[in-house]
Amino acid sequence: MDRSVNLLDLALGFDEPSPLRGKVVLIEDCVETSGSFVLHQMMKRVLSPHSSDSLIFLAFARPFSHYDRVLRKLGCNLATQKTNNRLVFVDMLMMQCSDNESGVAKLFREIQGTVGKLRSVTNSNITVMVDDMSLLEIAAANSNSDHVLDFLHYCHTLTSESNCSVVTLNHEDIYSSMERPAYLLQMVCLADIVIKAEPLASGLANDVHGQLTVVNKGMISSKSGKGSSRNKLQNFQFRIKENGIEYFYPGCSRN
Amino acid sequence: MADSIFRKLRDGGEEGELAPALTIEETVASPFALDVSCYLLANLSSSILAGKSKSEGLVLVTFSRSPSFYLQFLKQKGIFVSSSSKWIRVLDCYTDPLGWIDQPSPGVITEGSSLIKLHKCVSDLKRLFSSIIEAGREMVGDGKTRFSVAIDSVNELLRHSSMPLVSGLLTDLRSHAQVSSLFWSLNTDLHQEKVTNALEYISTMKANLEPFCPSSDGKRNALENLFLVHQDFGKGRFHIRFKLRKGRVRVMSEEYHVDQTGINFSPISSVETIIAATKSLIPKASYLVHFNLQLSEKERFEKEKVVLPFEHQDHGKSTEIYDGRRMLADGKTEATPLSSGELQADVVSSGKGGEIIYFRDSDDEHPDSDEDPDDDLDI
Repeated sequence: MDRSVNLLDLALGFDEPSPLRGKVVLIEDCVETSGSFVLHQMMKRVLSPHSSDSLIFLAFARPFSHYDRVLRKLGCNLATQKTNNRLVFVDMLMMQCSDNESGVAKLFREIQGTVGKLRSVTNSNITVMVDDMSLLEIAAANSNSDHVLDFLHYCHTLTSESNCSVVTLNHEDIYSSMERPAYLLQMVCLADIVIKAEPLASGLANDVHGQLTVVNKGMISSKSGKGSSRNKLQNFQFRIKENGIEYFYPGCSRN
Repeated sequence: MADSIFRKLRDGGEEGELAPALTIEETVASPFALDVSCYLLANLSSSILAGKSKSEGLVLVTFSRSPSFYLQFLKQKGIFVSSSSKWIRVLDCYTDPLGWIDQPSPGVITEGSSLIKLHKCVSDLKRLFSSIIEAGREMVGDGKTRFSVAIDSVNELLRHSSMPLVSGLLTDLRSHAQVSSLFWSLNTDLHQEKVTNALEYISTMKANLEPFCPSSDGKRNALENLFLVHQDFGKGRFHIRFKLRKGRVRVMSEEYHVDQTGINFSPISSVETIIAATKSLIPKASYLVHFNLQLSEKERFEKEKVVLPFEHQDHGKSTEIYDGRRMLADGKTEATPLSSGELQADVVSSGKGGEIIYFRDSDDEHPDSDEDPDDDLDI
């Protein structure tokens, strides 16, 4: 039974129930430091046995077997969650997407339909995860970043209309700043929470594999007294182990 | 000072003049234009309901948040909006701006009322203009009664339409006889400078949110600024620029602080607080390197107590510090202080009254002074 909260959980507000409901989370990573582990950690949180939340996972990067293997080591059985209808795994590697604007529109309508079906059987939080946005741009948006932003905007509407959460992973170092300087910024502006995974300023290390910076922007709370996590920025380091991740502040001893 | 913007919007323009227009500018590191818009929305709504405003209605055009978000916010502020409310209309350009959805999802408020209208084609600005005017006239009629227009964000508009078309839309709204006042917001990091300038030209007021951190030089720095703001995120300066009729410009500033309930304004802190806030940036950036660069109070005190080498050898005379302007009396100035260790030994052994003249660097000289030490080289 894993009820402990780590620094990432605290930064995201997981000391409260369903802190990501109605929020858009953007995970940014780079070649030196992959942010996939954050995605896996959040998958584990969403599919935790202590909650009844559901997950719609759009996989552009890897097949189901990869995530199943990774999450098993974290103590989560994805196959079982699929059977229980808590996980809807959409294998975008196998899907044929048309190469015009209607490709992303069609993809959104399918997600909206799935959300509607899940919503009819559960009132719990539904999280839509995308791994990752750069591959979505190629596969579904015909390499048109405008269409990707349109898709993200529509996903944002799911957070207000259906009270879902949206979590996306994006590689921030593959876009030339000269071509579309505002593209990355648009995604940051759209997000309520930005998690940036990057290497240490001092370079590679055996004991510390990188650092995370979590910006929790939040917004005016429509629920009174909720969300003390508005406008918080936290930075801490991490070490990836075989069966989990350790998070700690710089200079502190690890748990 | 934020009140003064609200009063200008509330009072509207004079007969025969274009409606006052406000641009609210935010950045990636100070993304609080939504809070400012909500602040103005609440105040305008209250004044309309109290009959204290020149306008008798408000058309809210939503691009970045759902209509229900704003209605919920107004409800929190004690302003209840129902389908029978005759003073507000919402044009929903958020839910389905491109017409992707065949039918609205269950969460969208329609209720068969005219309170919220779904607008499905944000790139057709002529149609958008007509829809705004139509919504306004539904409230106030076709006569001389006026209404205000609030656009929560023009970022999406600028993504789907060119800047001249968007400027045209805003100018047309300002020019319409029944539009009393108008405001919109913009994220300056997302657009080129010419876009920001163009929108400023058609505004009579500009409000910008500036974080307590160094300004950015380019789009890439905008992202870095966000992560450098640290504990000052949610605080900053709120600058307002009024364009007066005769061409003068009045600038006012105050500080803002954003919390769960919204944005709060206060006068600018004292200079010492500003300096302390600026200096406090240094510890924040120090997390990027993993050693302590700061001195504690005790360390600072001990450092000040340290007597530098050779400075104690004044033999009762006051210490003379060479400042580079006075000529020195004897040739002993040729001796460099760096080799003074040996010189000192010689002086002691000779038993004579030799002295070591130590030229201390000026206390005022900063390590990164502009002076090039090699300037005196004659190469």
